[in-house]
Amino acid sequence: MTTPTLLPRPLDPARASSARVFGRLLGSEARLAWRSGAAVFWSAFLPLGGLVVLGAVPGTRAPQPGLGAASVLDTYLPILMMFSLCISVVTLMPPVLAGYREKGILRRLSTTPVSPGRLLGAQATIYAGLGVVVSVVLLVVGVVAYDVDAPARFLGFVLALALVGTAVTGLGVVVAALTPSGRAANAWSTLLFFPLMFFAGLWVPRASMPSGLRTVSDWTPLGAGVRAVQATVDGRWPPAPSLLVLVGWTVACTGVALRTFRWE
Amino acid sequence: MPPTPQSVHTPSRPPSAVVEIDHLAKSYGATRAVVDVSLAVDDGEIFGILGPNGSGKTTTVECVSGLRRRDGGTVRVLGLDPLRDRAAIRSQVGVQLQEAELPAKLTVREALALYASFYPSPADWRELVDVLGLGPSLRTRFGSLSGGQQQRLSIALALVGNPRVAILDELTTGLDPAARRETWDLVERVRERGVTVLLVTHFMQEAERLCDRLAVIDAGRVVAVDTPAGLVDRLGTRQELRFRPSQPFDESLLARLDPVADVVRRGAELRVAGTGDVLGAVVSALARAGVVAEGLRVLQPDLDDAFLALVGGHDPLATPDPVTTTTTTQERP
Repeated sequence: MTTPTLLPRPLDPARASSARVFGRLLGSEARLAWRSGAAVFWSAFLPLGGLVVLGAVPGTRAPQPGLGAASVLDTYLPILMMFSLCISVVTLMPPVLAGYREKGILRRLSTTPVSPGRLLGAQATIYAGLGVVVSVVLLVVGVVAYDVDAPARFLGFVLALALVGTAVTGLGVVVAALTPSGRAANAWSTLLFFPLMFFAGLWVPRASMPSGLRTVSDWTPLGAGVRAVQATVDGRWPPAPSLLVLVGWTVACTGVALRTFRWE
Repeated sequence: MPPTPQSVHTPSRPPSAVVEIDHLAKSYGATRAVVDVSLAVDDGEIFGILGPNGSGKTTTVECVSGLRRRDGGTVRVLGLDPLRDRAAIRSQVGVQLQEAELPAKLTVREALALYASFYPSPADWRELVDVLGLGPSLRTRFGSLSGGQQQRLSIALALVGNPRVAILDELTTGLDPAARRETWDLVERVRERGVTVLLVTHFMQEAERLCDRLAVIDAGRVVAVDTPAGLVDRLGTRQELRFRPSQPFDESLLARLDPVADVVRRGAELRVAGTGDVLGAVVSALARAGVVAEGLRVLQPDLDDAFLALVGGHDPLATPDPVTTTTTTQERP
């Protein structure tokens, strides 16, 4: 039936139901991420497997003079956390977002009352959330099974993890913004993974780095992240410069993403 | 009762424009995609936008749906400006986009339920599933659907918000003939729901079958707005008869007939062109002469010819009438 007038139908205030819509998007995207399979496997099991392997090697729990009197496990726990965040947000998320743009999914969404920005928000929440959850699991397993010290400054640990999360999520969105297709995003995020993890200390822990290299590491998002998280495990507050670097990366990435991200 | 175009356009209630485009202009850099487009779509119509590839059809409807920012002119949809009243437009205009996919692992049911949740007063998606014949595919993932089924889902998503206006862009491109016919039936059912349809196409057959009125767009300008029959009529009523006479006879007999303009022999075939009742005059003259017209065919201009005459500057039946570009014909089929 048509109505005889051309007046628009009275609308529910769209904002009122926006939390519900976001919840549905989040559920739908989480289901799709689960169906893609690889996401959960790589992000969740690789760093956890790394922790189990390290824990099984004798001597990794003893303090090492070369690591600033920390044990190998103490040193690698924050690095493995960065690894899980990096895998999920920088390696897994950008190809999904760039693919959504390439296939016109974001464009279709922009014909509905729901902004494609909310889909982006749902994606970021899922993948950053995955990285954070795995980080917390790593911490719990480390503390319970391998006698790693629990962060004495728990609030500082939460703050550090949250800031690393936003900084690398920003980086992931920038990769999605600057690459034309899912395939290109995949290539770029894989390329980005190695320097990011190098400066996080995956191959040479920060304590063993020459001071010049460590200074560079201080300025990278994951290097600053390891520095901040490590401090909380050692019983200190995260150093202010490391937090500022993380905030800086978040702000810079958000700015670049806002300028360059296209829905089509 | 679902309104038919006839009931919508009764004299007691004058037609009301649901979409009004006035001197629309849009450029991409140095490329002028839309130069000057003006048209009005009435409530309950299926209105076609027809034009060659790259003529500005898609850009025009993108400015209507608010996906593009126009450079000049005004656009009103249900009295609203697509740029200023984005939220209201998006909840009342359903858009089926050219080449827009869904996540490959999303099922039909999930897609419909999700998109329905986006709108303030959505349609019952289960009913849409029945109307569009998507029932058997509800649990199928988008990536496993056939092209025709993907297109049906795309139409369903354009309608799931219970829109007043549906914009369907190159709906049947890439579909096989059977799926194309089914899709046409669906569009007619959409209109029966009271939805005004703006249909972008470059298929003449599709336009002729579905549209109440058409705007022909060429190089970013409207060159004609008319009914499909009206566009054909602009070519005049000139017809051509082709047949093989059963026996030799005096061909000047035909040339002397009033409606006949021209008689040409091509081998065994005779081609007689003329206007008015050329068929009746020729057949009775042949009967008087005791000649039978074997393999008789009547060639009339169709929408293809009308379209080519409008956008290509030539017409295959070489009518003397110049084609006008006025855009007001109130006549209905």
